[in-house]
Amino acid sequence: MTAIPTSDRPFSPLLRALREEGLARLAPKVPRVSLGMASCGLAAGARETWDALRAALAGRDTVACLVPTGCLGWCQKEPLVEVRLPGSPALVFGRVTAEAADQVAAWLAGGELPRAHLLGQYPAADRSDGQTQPTTPDPRFPAGEIPLIWDLPFYRGQLRWVTRNCGFVNPADLAEYVARGGYLALEKALARGPEWVVEQVTRAGLRGRGGAGFPTGAKWQAARRAPGEQKYVIANADEGDPGAYMDRGLLEGDPFSVIEGMTIGALAVGHCHEGFVYVRAEYPLAVERLETAIAEARKAGLLGENVLGSGFAFEVHVVRGAGAFVCGEETALLASIEGRPGEPRPRPPFPSEKGLWGRPTVINNVETWANVPLILMSGAQLYASVGSEGSKGTKVFSLVGDVSNTGLVEVPMGATLRHMVEVNGGGLSRGTRIKAVQTGGPSGGFLPASLLDLPVDYESLTGAGTIMGSGGLVVMGERTCMVDVARYFLSFTRAESCGKCVPCREGTHRMLQILERICAGGGRPDDVGLLEEWAWAVKDGSLCGLGQTAPNPVLSLLRYFGDELEQHVRDRFCPAGVCRELFRFGIVPETCTGCGACLRACPRGAIGGEPRQPHIIDQARCTLCGVCRDACPFEAIVVEPRSPADEGVNRNE
Amino acid sequence: MSASTSVRGISPPHPEEEEAIAAEAAAIARSLRDRPGAVTAVLETVQQRWHHLPVAAMRAVARELGIPLSRVYGVATFYAAFSLSPRGRHMVQVCLGTACYVRGGTKLAEALEEHLRTPMGQPSADFCFHLEGVRCLGCCSLAPVVRVDGRTFGRVRPQDIPRLLASVLARTGSLQGGDGT
Repeated sequence: MTAIPTSDRPFSPLLRALREEGLARLAPKVPRVSLGMASCGLAAGARETWDALRAALAGRDTVACLVPTGCLGWCQKEPLVEVRLPGSPALVFGRVTAEAADQVAAWLAGGELPRAHLLGQYPAADRSDGQTQPTTPDPRFPAGEIPLIWDLPFYRGQLRWVTRNCGFVNPADLAEYVARGGYLALEKALARGPEWVVEQVTRAGLRGRGGAGFPTGAKWQAARRAPGEQKYVIANADEGDPGAYMDRGLLEGDPFSVIEGMTIGALAVGHCHEGFVYVRAEYPLAVERLETAIAEARKAGLLGENVLGSGFAFEVHVVRGAGAFVCGEETALLASIEGRPGEPRPRPPFPSEKGLWGRPTVINNVETWANVPLILMSGAQLYASVGSEGSKGTKVFSLVGDVSNTGLVEVPMGATLRHMVEVNGGGLSRGTRIKAVQTGGPSGGFLPASLLDLPVDYESLTGAGTIMGSGGLVVMGERTCMVDVARYFLSFTRAESCGKCVPCREGTHRMLQILERICAGGGRPDDVGLLEEWAWAVKDGSLCGLGQTAPNPVLSLLRYFGDELEQHVRDRFCPAGVCRELFRFGIVPETCTGCGACLRACPRGAIGGEPRQPHIIDQARCTLCGVCRDACPFEAIVVEPRSPADEGVNRNE
Repeated sequence: MSASTSVRGISPPHPEEEEAIAAEAAAIARSLRDRPGAVTAVLETVQQRWHHLPVAAMRAVARELGIPLSRVYGVATFYAAFSLSPRGRHMVQVCLGTACYVRGGTKLAEALEEHLRTPMGQPSADFCFHLEGVRCLGCCSLAPVVRVDGRTFGRVRPQDIPRLLASVLARTGSLQGGDGT
């Protein structure tokens, strides 16, 4: 775990004062209890934890600062609570439900440490900006071995640069952000000028984190050179890829870094005094946190007429999307901000020449903007020293699906999928065998388990037939049917196609029809060839990125999971046990112990048998819901091909 | 209660009611007209007020912003957040993003359809709930996820649904009445 050098001190009196204030809040004289309250934390029950913590601390007359933060990344363990005793390293507790919150409060009041919830500790100097030396430890600090948080498998090999503040600072507190080195980069940028900024970003090798990987420096340079008296910067926070949520994580956990990045970008582009953050409708909390942060920055003079007293004027507005996946495409996004249906248009002209209201506009993803302060703060050279040949810096991935540890994982570019899935992710959460990892959302593709050693960067993923996308990694175990998932993605792209161009509108519809037919057991011998033909037609003929990438799930299905597709078409069999017309459940008598778990779980009473005797499934009653398979502790329930006798059964379920 | 009649949309709104809607929608449009790309923001506010976009409101918005009704309609039908037909009072959104899909989101959707006795995308018969499938709420790590009235619940199992919905009703008071405000 390499920390980001923040040895520089701010120059301006304003930032110096904010920094002092922030340091005092990050390491107060009383315990600091912070709770991850991003959307994920709240979904795991953080609101109840908050209420319980407050009541329990008050009830015991314990003096402590209770602070809401964003997400520390390890969502599987949420609600996450961090307790920092004065002069001691911070401790992290996981799965702190309301009940556990009471135990934490009891410990602070002198009781016993809730060891079952303790995950680990931060290194003494880390995360406090090197300010607090380990002084006299607090007597409440537990004796004995406590693992360092960065040594836990979930964090091993991670390099938390962009997410350095997430889960640590209060996202509404500007002073805490400044105490962590915030706005040092803007100060530098103002002192050294736009040319220097563009050069640094270029030399750092930063590429667009939205997925296409376009060099950011080149984009900025183009907008800088474009003629125009009014230019714009936009943060694309229309994170539409299902399965990816790093933008939400950043906006809810560290909104100031995005605002600072945009301010620096506006300065670099020149003639730019307005910026927009386009946030999708499904992220209300991100909008709220962002608006708070903008108001705070404006109040302090870090946005507005006279940024940091430099005479440079810059404002940021938040625009909420209204639920359209295609608006993540930059030209569609522009149309949407202008108040039109979000339909893309051909490029060129690129937005850097003709963007919002026809003026030069730089559109970057949220994560890209959040990288900018980091680059200026640490120096382009250090930044570029991390990563692979063509992809520099780190990338935040959202590791989700059939994996034990779900969460946001930030690793150097070029880390392997295997490391993320097996070490950070801790392997599979159900089933035993990894079948595929899906990257890049509906525009991406599936990678089979045999490619897990692939280093993850823009080039190698493209080479393997998928894309980086915004960084979603959905792990799929053997109980996932790849044909069904491809069908799922096609139903998504068909519904989200804006309908402007024919190949995308009609092609996604056709491919979906074929896949639906196959999944329903009506596959025809020429379907596989037909699918491939359609896929290339849509890929080659579509207007925008949505259409051009919509066939990717189909193409990677054909490339890596052709056998499974063949089984569906030719043998009318779904080996994963998902497509209900194409399998049945059976019980292996030799493996079944007659424990009765499946019998009790079955909602239809379709399983019979005596205790300690092998059970039997009544196929006529079985609806193939799979509850029994989930309930069986011995893997005795297996997927079998249908026999002719099953025909006509379950058809209408 | 006049407002609730229009929300339910069982019969078309009364002419006086339509006038009232138009007047209020025009006021909303006036207050937001200076915003860049105002149409979307205006329609969002209108939708918040009536839980859908009444025709009278869309006409008033077009008039007030000085744009053709077809453009307002174009925006209203393009984005998923807008609805031209009345919605139930409590929004029940089941996430059908990839992570939720892989972790059993469809089973959850089926259970909700069964429990509320209403198909996806429709209000329940008493307009108490509105069931909707959404693409990714960004809580993929806690899949499968359900959002009820803006509150997100993670790791939901089909058997949790009755309790979860009951808790929402308990928070807001009762089953019947009072909405549109």
